[in-house]
Amino acid sequence: MNDIPAHFDPERMGSMIFERAHPGWLGLEFHEKGANWVELKLPWREDLVGDPDFPVLASGPIVSLLDMAGGMCIWTTNRVFKPVATLDLRVDYQRPARDHAAVYGRTECYRLTRSAAFVRGFAHDGDPEDTVATMVGVFMTINPGRANG
Amino acid sequence: MASSADLKLLSAYAHSLGMRIDDHDEAGMPVVAIDFSEDLEGRPGALHGGATSGILETAGYAALRTELSKQGRNARLKPINVTVQFLRAGLRKRTLAAGRIKRLGRRNANIVVEAWQDDREKPIATAVMNVMVVEAD
Repeated sequence: MNDIPAHFDPERMGSMIFERAHPGWLGLEFHEKGANWVELKLPWREDLVGDPDFPVLASGPIVSLLDMAGGMCIWTTNRVFKPVATLDLRVDYQRPARDHAAVYGRTECYRLTRSAAFVRGFAHDGDPEDTVATMVGVFMTINPGRANG
Repeated sequence: MASSADLKLLSAYAHSLGMRIDDHDEAGMPVVAIDFSEDLEGRPGALHGGATSGILETAGYAALRTELSKQGRNARLKPINVTVQFLRAGLRKRTLAAGRIKRLGRRNANIVVEAWQDDREKPIATAVMNVMVVEAD
């Protein structure tokens, strides 16, 4: 990922990041951003459904959406792209998303230390006041070439 | 080709990402297997945390469905929450995952899940899941 410039802008970088790998497979899209938060969109897709009787997005892709948004809000807050690894991630599911609805994941980095980033966020399907899921996570920065990341 | 047993234990999402039921472990719980592909990649050469979480959740539901079926119960499962601990980077190799039911009551279940690559004793990630069990009428 050496081709990602130092001044990280989630909107500009989103198209590159979402072209391939797991975010690309999911079809993630950039949606909105603030100084320390980002919102990504996970469009509805038939093969991302969890239960054949209900045409709603499975929980797995929603965790991926929130995990990805978690990393991106850290880079947005830092204004620098530095690889991070998820250490701990918790997702509470309030309700299923609506039938055939896209799900949005909004996360903010509320505390950043030298090696850890603390993130919280939620998923919704159109109304941010009516959450589908809430999340908290801790991410660690990875410093290649150092014994202690 | 997915067997009929796989289809009952795996969601469309799990199939689409490339998961399958590999076998059952010594406790009789299904082992979910997935070969590494670019679709699972996060930072270059490593599993994406979201994909790892999806594998863990899938193995957790497969374990719960297996146990419910043993008990002759027909229920719909609704997620309550999942907490994932990432212990090691998942590398470009096959990943396996299996769950253990820690508690199964009338209304909810608690499941602990492990994902590993070469050695089950060295998991790459673990999860705790709470699931609502809604009996079919």
